[in-house]
Amino acid sequence: MRYIPITCAQREHMLATVGVTGIGELFADVPAQAVLQGLLDLPEPLSEVDLVRHVRGLANQNVPATELVSFAGAGMYDHHIPSVVDHILRRPEFFTAYTPYQPEVSQGTLQGIYEYQSMVCELTGMDVANASMYDGATAFVEAALMACRITRRSRVVVSGTVHPEWIETLETYAASGLLEVVGDECTGGLSDASSLASLVDDRTAAVLVASPNFVGNIEDLAAIGAVARAAGALFVVASNPIMLGVLEPPSTFGADIVVGEGQPLGSPMSLGGPGLGLFACRESHVRQMPGRLVGRTVDIDGNHAFVLTLSTREQHIRREKATSNICSNHALNALAAGAYLCAVGAEGLVGIARSCVAKAHYLRDALLSTGRFSAPWGTPFGYEFALAYEGDASEMHDEMLARGYLAGVVVEAPEGGDLVVFAVTEKRTRGEIDAFVKEVASL
Amino acid sequence: MTHPNDRVYSEAHEWVVVEGDIATVGISHFAQDQLGEVVYVDLPSAGDALVAGETFGEIESVKSVSELYAPVSGEIVEVNDALGDSPETVNASPHGDGWMVKIRLGDATQVDGLMSAEDYDEFVAQG
Repeated sequence: MRYIPITCAQREHMLATVGVTGIGELFADVPAQAVLQGLLDLPEPLSEVDLVRHVRGLANQNVPATELVSFAGAGMYDHHIPSVVDHILRRPEFFTAYTPYQPEVSQGTLQGIYEYQSMVCELTGMDVANASMYDGATAFVEAALMACRITRRSRVVVSGTVHPEWIETLETYAASGLLEVVGDECTGGLSDASSLASLVDDRTAAVLVASPNFVGNIEDLAAIGAVARAAGALFVVASNPIMLGVLEPPSTFGADIVVGEGQPLGSPMSLGGPGLGLFACRESHVRQMPGRLVGRTVDIDGNHAFVLTLSTREQHIRREKATSNICSNHALNALAAGAYLCAVGAEGLVGIARSCVAKAHYLRDALLSTGRFSAPWGTPFGYEFALAYEGDASEMHDEMLARGYLAGVVVEAPEGGDLVVFAVTEKRTRGEIDAFVKEVASL
Repeated sequence: MTHPNDRVYSEAHEWVVVEGDIATVGISHFAQDQLGEVVYVDLPSAGDALVAGETFGEIESVKSVSELYAPVSGEIVEVNDALGDSPETVNASPHGDGWMVKIRLGDATQVDGLMSAEDYDEFVAQG
């Protein structure tokens, strides 16, 4: 669409039509102190050469994780992305397309989403997966809202070991009156099924838990699922998709809805985003599922064809009755996840997960052997774990950053004090890990 | 006549059969025919209150989704849960096994305001 400015005469005509004498009158309700007075205080114009130099200088103040040795996780992970993923993403027919609204003309995009959905089902063990959501946090909240619709209840119980930003997102929705959140104060690095049981009642729509949880520990999903079932509530499990390469799928433990942050599957760490919300559920609940769905059928000639299905739940068909205000999805990130899983294959994913887990255990043992770190608990974990540092954790983190390492993520422990959450992906070499341990021990 | 005369009909194409103070409600043969293949029926729960003229659920066909409007007010005493697994029953037997809810009537005189089968046929014929 071209930008077509209006003429002065047209502007006068429009103003006269709505009955005002000037543009300023239209903003009369805006408090004066919020309105820009005069011109912006901008520096003098720059030539193109100078401008490029200036902006590049600003950009160079960022230190991308790709130039560091990263042990950071806590939601975003430095996994290897096979080069084929980017080749597929950058095909213009995928790269420039928005989520399909004219399904019949977007067969390639639809097939990409369908394959992605199928692979998310494989990973989670669930019957149906949607075409993705914004990120893990929004998928998590939508799972809570969906549980409320299904059970016709409005209270959810959330384990305190879930990512604190996800809980914050949930509470943001709760503040609008859509649902009530009951949180469990967890200590010890794991959810306590009996403590959760004391919070559930016949008003509970869902019990929500993450495994591996925020500090990397693997939860007793069977016990927590039993708590949800006993109350007639749904069981919502958030998981890490890489870990699903080696963990039993949440469906095994009776999960009704499985969500996750899909960034580890082929999306780079990019200033904290964009993420990819994985969302899967049982087929019996498909009509209450948020987001869009792509199905496969056959056309009049018997050829395979891909279609948007159950769109009557969606915002663009019936806005006021839609199952979610998120009618869009992260189609390009979903495509990346699909391409990633195709590239690495089922056995490849197992290999990646095993490598991550083995390296994480190696790093943890090595850090403990320095005597500078201590383990707050001895629970089973995947490729992420939390340790206490003997000194000031933030100072250690800053010093290691200066030496080229992202020394985990410093978080506040529920018991007080700081913990450092380390993640070790398959990208980290033994040499990098050994060098990091040596450096951090020398502080 | 496609619409049995043992019941009365609303302009929103619901039918009502009254036995004692219990009214059974479903959608008419005409309505299911217009909708086409029914794939999902969303119904309220027993114990919910219905108000005449307000929506109490949705019926989804392969073509569209329509609201269900309560023809009379009252309290729901029973819901046809079988429609959850086999919504196509609404097509096969709209006036029989495809019934949707049973209501304990709040005001029996509301039924008098609904159409006879003959009037409903005429109403439908007028489009």
